[in-house]
Amino acid sequence: MAKRVGIEVSLALSEAVKMANADIVAAYPITPQTHIVEHLAELVAEGELDAEFIPVESEHSAMSTCIGSSASGARTFTATSAQGLALMHELLYMPPALRLPIVLAVANRAMSPPISIWNDHSDIMAERDTGWIQLFAENGQEVFDLTLQSFRIAEDPEVMLPVAVNLDGFTLSHVVESVIFPESDEVSKYLPPYKPAIRLDPENPVSMGIFGIPEIYTETKKATDVALLESKKTILKAWDEFGDIFGREYAPIETYETEGVDTILVTMGSISETAMTAVDEMRAKGKKVGLIKIRLWRPFPDEEFKAAVAGVKKIGVIDRCMTLGSHGGPVLMEIRSLLYAVADRPQVFGFMLGLGGRDATRDNFKYIYEQCQVLSEKGQDRHEMVGVME
Amino acid sequence: MAKIEALMSWKDIPLGCYVLEAGSTMDYKTGDWRSQRPILDREKCTYCGLCYIYCPDGAYKDMGSEEKYYLVDLDYCKGCGICAYECPADAIEMLEEEV
Repeated sequence: MAKRVGIEVSLALSEAVKMANADIVAAYPITPQTHIVEHLAELVAEGELDAEFIPVESEHSAMSTCIGSSASGARTFTATSAQGLALMHELLYMPPALRLPIVLAVANRAMSPPISIWNDHSDIMAERDTGWIQLFAENGQEVFDLTLQSFRIAEDPEVMLPVAVNLDGFTLSHVVESVIFPESDEVSKYLPPYKPAIRLDPENPVSMGIFGIPEIYTETKKATDVALLESKKTILKAWDEFGDIFGREYAPIETYETEGVDTILVTMGSISETAMTAVDEMRAKGKKVGLIKIRLWRPFPDEEFKAAVAGVKKIGVIDRCMTLGSHGGPVLMEIRSLLYAVADRPQVFGFMLGLGGRDATRDNFKYIYEQCQVLSEKGQDRHEMVGVME
Repeated sequence: MAKIEALMSWKDIPLGCYVLEAGSTMDYKTGDWRSQRPILDREKCTYCGLCYIYCPDGAYKDMGSEEKYYLVDLDYCKGCGICAYECPADAIEMLEEEV
């Protein structure tokens, strides 16, 4: 029987890695990811997880180690945050191109300076285009489930791509939540052992990471892009089977109270829970507002999103990330460009909220809803930073 | 702009663009990068083999019983001149390639 446990979300994530029976964990500690790797180190030291824990000297080395480990056929995990993720940057392009199914947990944290250890999504958004499958968790249970699912998705022969699981630093990583742990036989049923078709093996030599002349580079990028876009089918299948075995349903986007509404707010990550409460309160006052939560950020679920906003007049997109010197955050730009070719497209307004750990409150979401009405009336398509002191 | 022909369709690229056979770099002849070639003075050469050891491309061959000199394979020699620089007998001279 599955059991419900009160546990810090970081530790729950580590337990998911344990249940996935990872072979190699290579990591360097950074706040707010620290508890994840600390607990994994404990699990390995105490013999609860039969893995090699490699305490490297930097995140650059962590991802380098993971690439070698995964290429040799080992189930591989690492975790990081903010500047640590940025230090991995040049390596992050390799697992997608080399088709290495590494699982990476990102305890999202704002990029410094000024030095901030607190949450926003500016770290992962800087890695948006590296080719990783990118998931955003809303609560502790999702963190556990998405981590487990990530190994299954990444290693599927139809996918063979790395997966980044995003969990909000502190607001998720350091919070004690109620998490349902499955039985290990259920997990083995869901997640078979990793058996790559090709790996680094002295008996059967192959070359990985070769150079690409102009006559082939474009074609390799196309191949990786198609693999990433096509991975959505397997992700959906992995989520269906997860629902069958564990009884919890997952989808690329989730709609909340969107039936017949005129305005939809769009969120990613843990603020979605606050946004749902705000939606409840606004609906109680007769406002026609609903919410869309994006769980699958890459590959972006175009069809699902378009279907979910069909007939809606106004969309308020919330970005927990700054895009300096341009016209709005990454989620806003994604959705505006997605909907541009749609006939009778809704008006799309952008709001930057909760940067560097600033609270995103119910009042913020109510303000955003009201602003959507005001901007719509004025016919303005601008974006704004919510709560910035003038 | 020059037209670039792709080597193959993206659909035919092996997973991860891996090269599945060993030793395939032999198929890529880098000798045409060369702007100067090493010329060996057989009178001065003492067959010490330092050119063979230092060559970063492994373009020098140990000819075994067939031949006492170490000979360069111009299909792969990039003309870096390290052999000429290292030769203790000053037996290798770099000669400009004619255009």
